[in-house]
Amino acid sequence: MTSVIRIKKGLDIRIKGRAPQVLLAAKKSDRYAVVPDAYAGIYPKVTVRVGDKVKAGTPVMIDKNRPEIRFVAPVSGTVIAVNRGEKRKLLSIEIAPDKEIEYEIFGTKKVSDLGGEEVKEAILMGGLWPCLRQRPYDIVASPADKPRDVFVSAFYSAPLAPDFDFILRGQAEDFQTGIDALAKLTDGKVYVGLRPDSATHPQGAEIIEVYGAHPAGNVGVQINLTKPVNKGETVWVVGAEDVILIGRLFNKGIADFSRLVAITGSEARERGYVKAIAGCRISSLTDGRIPPDGFLNGFQRLNNIRIISGNVLTGTRVREEDYLRPYDNQITVIPEGDDVHELFGWALPGLDKFSVSRTFINWLWGKGKEYVIDARLQGGRRAMIMSNEYDKVFPLDIYPEYLLKAILAFDINKMEQLGIYEVAPEDFALCEFVDTSKIEIQHIVRQGLDALYKEMN
Amino acid sequence: MKVLKDFYESLRPHFEEGGRFSMFRSVYEGMDSFLFVPDTTSRTGVHIHDSMDAKRTMTAVIVSLIFPLLFGIYNTGYQHNLSIGADPGFVMTFLYGLLSVLPQLLVSYVVGLGIEFTVAQWKGEEIQEGFLVSGMLIPLIVPVDTPLWMIAVATAFAVIFAKEVFGGTGYNIFNVALVTRAFLFFAYPASMSGDKVFVRTAATFGIGGGEVVDGFSGATPLGQVGIATKEMIGTFQAVDVTGQPLSTWDMFWGLIPGSIGETSVAAILLGGILLLYTGVASWKTMLSVFVGGAAVSALFNLVGTTVAMSLSPIEHLCLGGFAFGAVFMATDPVTSARTETGKYIYGFLVGAMAILIRVLNPGYPEGMMLAILLMNIFAPLIDYFVVERNITRRLQRVKK
Repeated sequence: MTSVIRIKKGLDIRIKGRAPQVLLAAKKSDRYAVVPDAYAGIYPKVTVRVGDKVKAGTPVMIDKNRPEIRFVAPVSGTVIAVNRGEKRKLLSIEIAPDKEIEYEIFGTKKVSDLGGEEVKEAILMGGLWPCLRQRPYDIVASPADKPRDVFVSAFYSAPLAPDFDFILRGQAEDFQTGIDALAKLTDGKVYVGLRPDSATHPQGAEIIEVYGAHPAGNVGVQINLTKPVNKGETVWVVGAEDVILIGRLFNKGIADFSRLVAITGSEARERGYVKAIAGCRISSLTDGRIPPDGFLNGFQRLNNIRIISGNVLTGTRVREEDYLRPYDNQITVIPEGDDVHELFGWALPGLDKFSVSRTFINWLWGKGKEYVIDARLQGGRRAMIMSNEYDKVFPLDIYPEYLLKAILAFDINKMEQLGIYEVAPEDFALCEFVDTSKIEIQHIVRQGLDALYKEMN
Repeated sequence: MKVLKDFYESLRPHFEEGGRFSMFRSVYEGMDSFLFVPDTTSRTGVHIHDSMDAKRTMTAVIVSLIFPLLFGIYNTGYQHNLSIGADPGFVMTFLYGLLSVLPQLLVSYVVGLGIEFTVAQWKGEEIQEGFLVSGMLIPLIVPVDTPLWMIAVATAFAVIFAKEVFGGTGYNIFNVALVTRAFLFFAYPASMSGDKVFVRTAATFGIGGGEVVDGFSGATPLGQVGIATKEMIGTFQAVDVTGQPLSTWDMFWGLIPGSIGETSVAAILLGGILLLYTGVASWKTMLSVFVGGAAVSALFNLVGTTVAMSLSPIEHLCLGGFAFGAVFMATDPVTSARTETGKYIYGFLVGAMAILIRVLNPGYPEGMMLAILLMNIFAPLIDYFVVERNITRRLQRVKK
């Protein structure tokens, strides 16, 4: 079954630095890490000690409240550090990898022979459970729940996002197995969102063909426009690449976290796709591909770049010595821009600036021009002044401004009524981009979801 | 550029806490973001931002306001010449107008920005640019002969009590410029209406001045409508300051007596087109105001028992502050309805109320100001019902 949705509201940010479809070589990462901050809604408890030997698939931490959720080592090696920050908050578990990766053997399984509970058990054991996230709250799913449906978006519409069809080459079988496994977890259906011209054709799933600009590929949009989440319901969402990992777990019997990561962004000298394992060092992906940071003669700044694990809208700012975040399939490198001083920027025609506003006469270039966009806010923080800015890029049947105000006031009733259960911070990313008042909208939504979760559980 | 920025940065210590000029810190910060695009980069959330900011939004409005401002300046001189029967040429006419209008503009900006800067310093916040627009709107919606001290008092009242007490730009319930106008209207009615204030006949800084011509009357067309008796239905004719009849085209082009910026529909529409093109103002609000005004005046036209009722919809839309209010006041995003459906309703009611007040209330010849202020109050209610529909839809989904 195929359903079609057309999205009129949205925006494709014409930022420079798309990755061509070529495979680049990756350096070996000298260290891997599991970073609990990347997973929303969990309380990490470390299960290994420094010096322990682990295999790829050995649990290194669990969720305190739901101990059946295990987070496993992505490679084999030795635990060399358990880093903690303020109030002993767990920051990362670092592993020095072996030369050859040794895997925990979970055994190959045929999904069609398994029941729902067995599939669930296998995914939990293999350490892939954190791939499953739930709406409402946008947190790691609870094994105790039975979701109404499972949604997978295989349409990456974010700025400079990798092409899923390219990623899927040679892995279609694992993807199919992953879809089959997910189907066992729900009494409802597995929905797969696809670009209209996609070559991906999973069997046994409801296909949603999505036409339109970003956020057309956001799973939240696809849920809202096909079968929205009501109060009391839970749906699970899984990243399309994580579906491949789940399929691999059943087909090969090992937890193999390797995936393709796109190196993108205007400041990346060499762009393309790199095979990497989530948790590897950013430098193993970017070495030689981005200009060196630092100072010339200790005085003149050489380069001033920002590395993002993920895309420019929802990604996390990282340094080269940090680690690739688990859900990310993209590294974006853009100029930081804090050394740019533009005189009277508010009055200039702004030919080289990207904006949805026509006060900038960049429309002269037509729609083909791509822009180098840096990380500046481009203005000061203000109260909400303009109306209808968010609505233009927010295709969900929700009033974003009113929901935001309800979150700020922490009016639980209003939040429920206005649709908080249907959204994740990423759905508001474009609102935050276009906002003339430069309000930190995703942050507000995340805090609202967290506070609401605490209140309700 | 870098040299300039470095120099500016070198002054910073003087303005920080403990520095010699720390009491002007807000001014320093304000100048900084006025001169340079802020170089702060994003810390959470999206890593890139649209180049549009509040400053540029306000700039777009100010640029659109230049059309009615320039026309108003010329018209002030033009009306003056008509009233004294002189023709000193375009340059002198414009100069007279400029010298008459500029003090009002300056007073409005100095008082308003002064309060804004003080409040920003006091609250330790960045200066907000909202008043840049209000400060330009205020002189455009008052009669040219309004005493400067009145403008000062009214502006101070509006900025403090209509804006700052609510929390500043973006939090106000009422349009600040209109509160200024309303304050003037109710506090000093003699200086804000009648036939003495809309045309400046005295000399300005030694330019112009002289005996008014015979038959001079400075009443605006709407003022004339206001005092017309029932017997004049059908024969009523709006006249200019010398008693010559005015055609509808005259009302459109705007060489007629009235508040400084409101007379020329042509100049206002030019500004309106710019606002709509840049997307700063909502076409939904703007259009609905005109539709609402036209609909109600057409209805009154059918009844036609007073002179005001007998005016055609076109005349109603061209006269007084209707067009100015529709384009620049009703579309203020902060005080108007914020939902898209709400904008249609809000705009329509603004237009309808304006004509309603104009026609049915014998005390006020013009109704736009009161109509918009009234609808400012109802805007959140309109939005409430629009949003409520979304909520109901969500609840019904659960029941299914």
